[in-house]
Amino acid sequence: MPFEISKELVRSDFIKKIEELSGEEISACYHCGKCAAGCPSVDTMDLLPNQIIRAIQLGDIEVLKTSNTPWICASCYMCYVRCPRGIDLCSIMEAVRQMTLRENLDHIDIRVYTDELATLPPIAVVSAQRKLSS
Amino acid sequence: MKEIIYYPGCTLKNTAKNFEDSAIACAEALGFKLRELEDWYCCGTVYSLTSDDLMHHIATVRNLLRVQEEGEERLTTLCAMCYNTIKRSSKRINENEDDREKINSFMYEEENDYQGNVDIIHYLEILRDEIGFDKIKEKVEKPLKNLKLAPYYGCLLLRPLEVAIDNPDSPSILEDLITVMGAEVVYFPFKNECCGAYETVSEVDFVVERARNIIGNAIRNEADALLVSCPLCAFNLDNRQKNVSLKYPDFEGIPVLYFTEALALALGLDPEVCHFDLHYQSIEELVKEIEQ
Ligand code: SF4
Ligand code: SF4
Repeated sequence: MPFEISKELVRSDFIKKIEELSGEEISACYHCGKCAAGCPSVDTMDLLPNQIIRAIQLGDIEVLKTSNTPWICASCYMCYVRCPRGIDLCSIMEAVRQMTLRENLDHIDIRVYTDELATLPPIAVVSAQRKLSS
Repeated sequence: MKEIIYYPGCTLKNTAKNFEDSAIACAEALGFKLRELEDWYCCGTVYSLTSDDLMHHIATVRNLLRVQEEGEERLTTLCAMCYNTIKRSSKRINENEDDREKINSFMYEEENDYQGNVDIIHYLEILRDEIGFDKIKEKVEKPLKNLKLAPYYGCLLLRPLEVAIDNPDSPSILEDLITVMGAEVVYFPFKNECCGAYETVSEVDFVVERARNIIGNAIRNEADALLVSCPLCAFNLDNRQKNVSLKYPDFEGIPVLYFTEALALALGLDPEVCHFDLHYQSIEELVKEIEQ
């Protein structure tokens, strides 16, 4: 989908909100791609981790809401360790997830997994619920 | 005998009973006692990453308050998820008076306020910094000769830097432990890569690929078994081998052990603490070889 870059979107409150939630400065990223190079999950993601930052920089909320990347990201912190700008991308991913979750749109319905629930470690169930539902 | 308060967390009472039992037994054999914190709560398993979300630190703070009420300033834990969550929360709350005040006023029904003085250390840090690997070496009764062990750190003991128990890029604490237990260290590049964590609930195929990469790499580097320190890593790298075999019929797996299980065997403790039935890949052969 073509996306028109506009002053309004680039200066929107949305970006400020993500910055406030994550505590990170979105414009600090210069897209070197080191985060994506180190991320163990990129082959399952539809956007690279830094492309998520790019979408935020441009105010492209639509892309952020439809991408699977923030939901695949398991906060492993490899990107943070690798980032030459010291950007905590995990917190940015969390802010993007929270954008959806705070509208009461869950990404997981734990009842679907009843076959396995009894065999999963409790930490798996609790953390999936914490990360993927509101 | 030196005592330290210990926070087990939910999973050590459940699918990781072998982690708890072996850790308690090893501690005693090495001259310290893990005293379970009374009346503990689930830590929440993941550290809340949004700045405005104080709510999810409350469970942690209640646990820290219990430690304070027992007159102690240190807490230890085994599960890497508990460690990371409690350590990060405690740093935020201990170092930030505003947050602490807000949480204390929310917990108004508690008799005492949390003062912000409790620190968390991981069991491995006690082994390294307080017991010492030399002392452990002296206590090894059944060296794990001829065994090649691949240390798997995963994420949460090493990242982010503020809570790392060792160098996040090139840790050595598990390697040093493997060496004093008499086994051979297997160097493999996947040792600090994510196992897929909680995605195992809804994205099984994704975790199957992670497990295949990690285990496959350890096998290519000739590991006989993998050592872990997190019950979720253990699930994804051991139990999920079943799913890997279903997808890739010629996949051959290897056993996965908590580092405390390997240590219990090396110290000559009763192998029962390893609860054979809690392993997907059988560890019986391996135990037999050590016991001989
Ligand atoms: S490593 Fe840091 S600066 Fe480079 S693209 Fe990723 S977030 Fe941006
Ligand atoms: S925290 Fe997320 S984006 Fe960063 S390396 Fe891990 S999975 Fe990739």
